Amino acid sequence: MIDRRLKGQLDDRLVILTGALMVIGIANLFSATINMPGEGIPFYLRQLLWFGIGILLGLSVFVIDYRYYEEFAYPFYLVVLVAVLCVLIYGLIVGGGQRWIKMGFFYFQPSELMKIALILALARYFARHERKDGYRLRDLVIPAIITMVPTLLIVKQPDLGTAMVMVFIFFSIVLFVRIRFRSFLILCTAIFLATPIFWFILKGYQRTRILTLLNPYMDPLGAGYHIIQSKIALGSGGIWGKGFLQGSQYKLHFLPEHHTDFIFAVLGEEWGFIGCGAVLALYAALILWGLTRGVMTQDRYGSIIALGVTAMIFWHVVINVGMVLGMMPVVGLPLPLLSYGGSSAVVTLIGIGLLLNVRARRYVF
Amino acid sequence: MDIRRREPEEFRPRHRYFVSAVVIVFLIFVGRLLYLQVIKGQELRFLSENNRIRLIKNPAARGMIMDRKGRVLVDSRPAFNCMVTPEDVGDLKDLTQKLSRFLHLSPDEIASIIEQRDTPPFQPVLIKRDISWEELSSLKTHRLDLPGVEIQIEPVRTYPYGIVAAHVVGYGGEINKEELQEKKGYQMGDWVGKYGVELMWEKHLRGMDGGRQVEVDAAGKEVRVLKEVQPACGRNLYLTIDLDLQRFAEELLGKRSGAIIAMDPLTGEILAFCSSPSFQPAVFAEGISAQEWERLVSDPLHPLQNRGIQGMYPPGSVFKIVTAAAGLEEGVINLDTPFNCTGIYYLGQRGYQCWRAGGHGVTKFYRGVVESCDIYFYNVGARLGVETLGRYAEDCGLGRPTGIDLPGEKPGLVPTEAWKRDRVGGRWYAGETISMAIGQSYLLVTPLQLLNLMSAVANGGALLKPQIAQRVEDLDNKVVEEYPPEEIGKLPISAKTLEELRAALVGVTKEDAGTGRGARLEGMEIAGKTGTAQVVRLKGGERQRAEDMPYKLRDHAWFVAYIAAHTPLAVVVLVEHGGHGGAAAVPLAREMIRKYLSLRRGEQ
Repeated sequence: MIDRRLKGQLDDRLVILTGALMVIGIANLFSATINMPGEGIPFYLRQLLWFGIGILLGLSVFVIDYRYYEEFAYPFYLVVLVAVLCVLIYGLIVGGGQRWIKMGFFYFQPSELMKIALILALARYFARHERKDGYRLRDLVIPAIITMVPTLLIVKQPDLGTAMVMVFIFFSIVLFVRIRFRSFLILCTAIFLATPIFWFILKGYQRTRILTLLNPYMDPLGAGYHIIQSKIALGSGGIWGKGFLQGSQYKLHFLPEHHTDFIFAVLGEEWGFIGCGAVLALYAALILWGLTRGVMTQDRYGSIIALGVTAMIFWHVVINVGMVLGMMPVVGLPLPLLSYGGSSAVVTLIGIGLLLNVRARRYVF
Repeated sequence: MDIRRREPEEFRPRHRYFVSAVVIVFLIFVGRLLYLQVIKGQELRFLSENNRIRLIKNPAARGMIMDRKGRVLVDSRPAFNCMVTPEDVGDLKDLTQKLSRFLHLSPDEIASIIEQRDTPPFQPVLIKRDISWEELSSLKTHRLDLPGVEIQIEPVRTYPYGIVAAHVVGYGGEINKEELQEKKGYQMGDWVGKYGVELMWEKHLRGMDGGRQVEVDAAGKEVRVLKEVQPACGRNLYLTIDLDLQRFAEELLGKRSGAIIAMDPLTGEILAFCSSPSFQPAVFAEGISAQEWERLVSDPLHPLQNRGIQGMYPPGSVFKIVTAAAGLEEGVINLDTPFNCTGIYYLGQRGYQCWRAGGHGVTKFYRGVVESCDIYFYNVGARLGVETLGRYAEDCGLGRPTGIDLPGEKPGLVPTEAWKRDRVGGRWYAGETISMAIGQSYLLVTPLQLLNLMSAVANGGALLKPQIAQRVEDLDNKVVEEYPPEEIGKLPISAKTLEELRAALVGVTKEDAGTGRGARLEGMEIAGKTGTAQVVRLKGGERQRAEDMPYKLRDHAWFVAYIAAHTPLAVVVLVEHGGHGGAAAVPLAREMIRKYLSLRRGEQ
């Protein structure tokens, strides 16, 4: 099960890319929270601790041959689903949105782990149900259910961002394993037609909420204001940036959530176009690595896992950066390895562990 | 080994699309970065260095609270607050000197407000709330000398009729940390309802705050409004209270502690709701000081307590309504069952007195109720037992909240054997059953519960939810919510029993020997029941006149009544330490009824 030669099999390119993003993440977080009153341990140290936990978990995930996971994909999925459900029920009882489970000193979001569980479950389904001539709609019913049950629970939490990523992961995998062209057209038409119906079912305030989501300028005092401040912070960095620890926009609390969802704006203010471009290049390299070296194995199960993890990282980056650049609605979603947040860091590193795992065992077939 | 050859051909075609899609997305991002950071970089840098974009809140006015005829009890007026944005102040010393002259505050006070803030320097700090016209005009005149000073308009509550129905209307104040966590959609500094209908109808009364994004110059003056959202006023609330009757009730009680509540028994609408002593809601509107709050809370007369729903008292003889109904309904007595009242009732060794020293002689149902003979009801109670009596009390709406939409309603208490064992300890004594039959023992009720019981007797047996509000209207006078009569229970008695009971209750005021004869009105049948709530229990054989006792130990006086014909009104009066037998309460109820009738005549 555990191969001695594994150490040599760690893909150094992926390790270097991940390491670089983590280093940048910590440095940036250090600057972003330097004059933020935190309780006890500073944010960047806590994040470092999370990285440590994440690396350990990622390595554990890497060491065990991923094909063993196939057996446990559904039970694991169910366990995490129950955890998500518990958090939801607890939240309903206590009142207010609830996403956390308290584990000792830390809080953990099971909805983050749900993404990994979903990827493993979908991979198992598509690996076991192969269709050479592409999947028909009726073949997609079960994977759709596998996706929608946790997604709806997460929407209820309410964590719209994570729910969105789950749906996007599903569609990425479906497109990847190949859906029949006709089925694809029917699916698109159905979604297109269902939207207005869904719209009429919604209550007035729910519609406003979604409209605001789509167009933050409808709420210029809330989300719209954040976007403007985010753009000012980012743009004021210019080509070279104001320099490390020199950003002013967020330190004066102009920028909300600047150490979590808007961390990219902090990077932009201090490191400018050069810094942002470099970080985007790192993400692009990581994602392209996933699409080429990760996905290209002989094993369907491994390929789909790699694609799912890559899709997860890709959509996080796209939604988050798109929001900070003012191109997309304001959805609270962390930027992998840069935003402060334990659950996100750990889950991203577990994902990287899976990618390395699949890559390392590509010869076995 | 050639790895390339071994890669799955299956995914290859789509793989190419995926790679291109990723590359395109990242190129778009880089393009956007170029636009924001390189092309617009200078402009955005300028905005960032000067913190030029500000968000200024424009709070919405709360909805009005009206009486049933649309007279405005609570309104909002604009208050002008003097604010200072620390970042825009050039010379702090100079500014505080100047401001102190205009605002009648010492320079040190102003300086310490500015220095001890815990908000970022670009956020305005409140220096003085609700400044006067003189202060405002002098600030406006000298505005060019006062960099960083701005006037913020904030709506505050006003009370056109002064202190009316304070316990119903309630008050509000700045939201605190706990409320901030409980309620969604609020921010620090928001004004929120905290008591009375201000709290219960918060959702409707509260408007939607507006605000604007503005660009300011180096001195903090607005140059340009980027985006603006107009505030939307809250909705208007119509109470069931009749202002005239309400004010009359408040004048009637005057300085006395107690409560008067009037209700329409057919709808459950509260026409007057008065708890005394009261407080000034306006004090809260202007932001209550710590000393003021301390004074209100520590006042021995508890002005903040709403006696109508939060004051729990023994019902005294008013409870005989329940005992009488239970006795008839259970068949342990009928109208002609006689009991001989000698003035004392022996249970084992102990004697229990009747309130009338010499006794009532042989007493049957009618006279028992009319003259409120204790011995008669001791006998009824002894035949019923505590469990049956308790069950009837609960079915009559006692021992649980009536469900009125006001905060903090108390349930009262209907004791049972089990309750006593758990809470007090020890077994239930027969003596406690018979004192419960005349409304003493552990029984506790709120004035509203007794009124609701009386209303049910008046309207034919339906316990209604007491309604304090008629409707909510939006700004276009469209009704958003209405509160129609709502039945919460039925009296556990037959129509025949009810009729017999009602006849006896009319006798209470009609008969010359009736305890409520003081409530008699010319040409009007009134049903009623007096009661005495003992504050301290008298020892056997001891009888004291109220005047001889210290005020704090005097009994509370009860009277509940309703107009018998067409039953348009029921009223409860409680006068704390008002002495025995409803002496203090009966005339007040009579005056309430008289006022109600004259108001109604005026309308027709």
